[in-house]
Amino acid sequence: MNFVAFRMLTGDRAKYFGIIFGITFAAMLITQQASIFVGLMTRTFGFITDTTQPDIWVMDAKVQFIDDIKPMQDTTLLRIRGVEGIQWAMPLYKGLIKARLENGTFQSCNVIGVDDATLIGGPAEMVEGSLADLRISEGVIVDEVGARSRLARRPTDEAGRPIEGAAPVPLKVGDTLELNDRRAVVVGICRVSRTFQSQPVVYTTYSRATQFAPRERKLLSFILVKAEPGQDIDQLCQRIKSETGLDALKSWDFSVRTYSYFMKYTGIPINFGISVALGFFVGTAVAGQTFYNFTLDNLRHFGALKAMGASNWMLLRMIILQALIVGVIGYGLGVGIASTFGIISRNSELAFRLLPQTLVITGCAIVIICILASLLSIIKVIRLEPAIVFKA
Amino acid sequence: MASGAVIERGVAGGGGGVRGAGSPAVVCRAVTKSYGVGGSKVVALRGIDLEIASGELMMLVGPSGCGKTTLISVIAGILDRDGGDCSVFGVDFNTMSASARTKFRGRNIGFVFQSFNLIPSLTAAENVAVPLMILGEGRHASVRKGREMLERVGLGERTSSLPTQLSGGQQQRVAIARALVHEPRLIVCDEPTSALDHETGHIIMRLLKEVALKEDRVLVIVTHDSRIFEFADRIAKLDDGEVKSVQTPQEMGVVGEDHK
Repeated sequence: MNFVAFRMLTGDRAKYFGIIFGITFAAMLITQQASIFVGLMTRTFGFITDTTQPDIWVMDAKVQFIDDIKPMQDTTLLRIRGVEGIQWAMPLYKGLIKARLENGTFQSCNVIGVDDATLIGGPAEMVEGSLADLRISEGVIVDEVGARSRLARRPTDEAGRPIEGAAPVPLKVGDTLELNDRRAVVVGICRVSRTFQSQPVVYTTYSRATQFAPRERKLLSFILVKAEPGQDIDQLCQRIKSETGLDALKSWDFSVRTYSYFMKYTGIPINFGISVALGFFVGTAVAGQTFYNFTLDNLRHFGALKAMGASNWMLLRMIILQALIVGVIGYGLGVGIASTFGIISRNSELAFRLLPQTLVITGCAIVIICILASLLSIIKVIRLEPAIVFKA
Repeated sequence: MASGAVIERGVAGGGGGVRGAGSPAVVCRAVTKSYGVGGSKVVALRGIDLEIASGELMMLVGPSGCGKTTLISVIAGILDRDGGDCSVFGVDFNTMSASARTKFRGRNIGFVFQSFNLIPSLTAAENVAVPLMILGEGRHASVRKGREMLERVGLGERTSSLPTQLSGGQQQRVAIARALVHEPRLIVCDEPTSALDHETGHIIMRLLKEVALKEDRVLVIVTHDSRIFEFADRIAKLDDGEVKSVQTPQEMGVVGEDHK
């Protein structure tokens, strides 16, 4: 009877496509919004995951997330290096510094200062130039998205006036910019995870970063720590905490703390949750109503099948199969559309990260939608008196 | 003939002279059925006594609301009676579980509906194959048998047509083929000619008698259409939930073209 169920379903094209549309819409919206949410949340700790060398991040005990900088004194580095079980400990500066562009406008940049000697904490992937070029005087490495967008130069005419409608010229190696009134020369272009606030990322050495930064008594943002081989990382974190009074977190734990902060103190989860819920409910309503109407339209046929000897279980299987078919097609289309959207927007500002878990969650949501959509139909058909077929 | 004696012993007016009547296949005694409760209670059957023999074509006739459809539903096992006894081929539906009753219907009863009830998205052959698929037969074998059955009812050329591509008479032929394809012993027809013109109605009835009626098979037809009374072996007149008479067409004075 699977064949009959399939042909009954596809026979009424309008309703068939209507049900698929509802499920596709739900799958697409749930996948897309969840992926944007995941993408956005990933950006909050992207810098931590980009910085792969250290095992432990040491910071002021009151730091709540990666951009919540509570600077420490430079001498703190020496105290950390004195803790037993540490292979190396390197300073890291992280701060927002305004860059003055050629046309006189300012752009806040996420300036990262890495250890002058080892360059530990530098970008993992270079697009142009090399990390070692940071040793060139006044050298900075700019992330490619920032170089292409917010730090890009606006073309000007001979009089120095911006040319309307002209495409911006990306910042390239050899170009200069001003960071807090100090000259900086672009020596490389790197590829990094987007930041949450989408500011350009500028890498330089620690000492040069502290010159770019406004004068403060404390400038050390983080200390990157590598444990000696064989050391228990958790125990080392505890040791650092107890001996220095600072906070020491494994990279993943720091990532969790960062996105937990955003989850707890921003409205992002609620906003995206509403969108996901909207997709779920609209999908359920559209698919459910159309599916129910489809069943009502076929009620006489279900009644005839029942009279002719089809059991409730057989009819139940037919309805489940019909729900399964539209569910699989709708899920495939919805996820496909969302994935295409993600691929198209890959190089844009839009945060989109499609995880396997998102696909599973969307799949579960679609299963629930199909169950809810078919439930009314199932109840109707189970309760159906076959004698209905003798009513004109 | 013992079976004939049963028939002639008769109930509700007897109705002697039954042609080709065999052993009683359907026996209803004091069958009652009502709908609703309290003030809105409607009594549909008030103690129906009726016997139908194997090989017999019995028509149930009467005015609207007289209980014809209720009686045929009880006989076909798709409606529970309130009281009395009713057995079909010696089987009492009320003693069976719901699933056993469903299986019995699937194997032993064929249905022809007033509005055909063909599934619009299935071809004629596929529609005919449905009862076989319900019984668990494979699709290809079922459709093959469906085609063969359509040839028997004269629709061998239209096996791949959808119901919407067929005339009313052709759709009813498909419905008859569907009712017969699994070789049921009881065929119940609800107003099989009411949606058809006179000529097509006669063609359908001739087809039913030729193809459907066998010695070991019973045909029960509910109808308003007096033009097809001539095809019945006996006609049970119902009124107000009771069988008022059971007569042959000749006893009723009905002599159609086929009997002249």
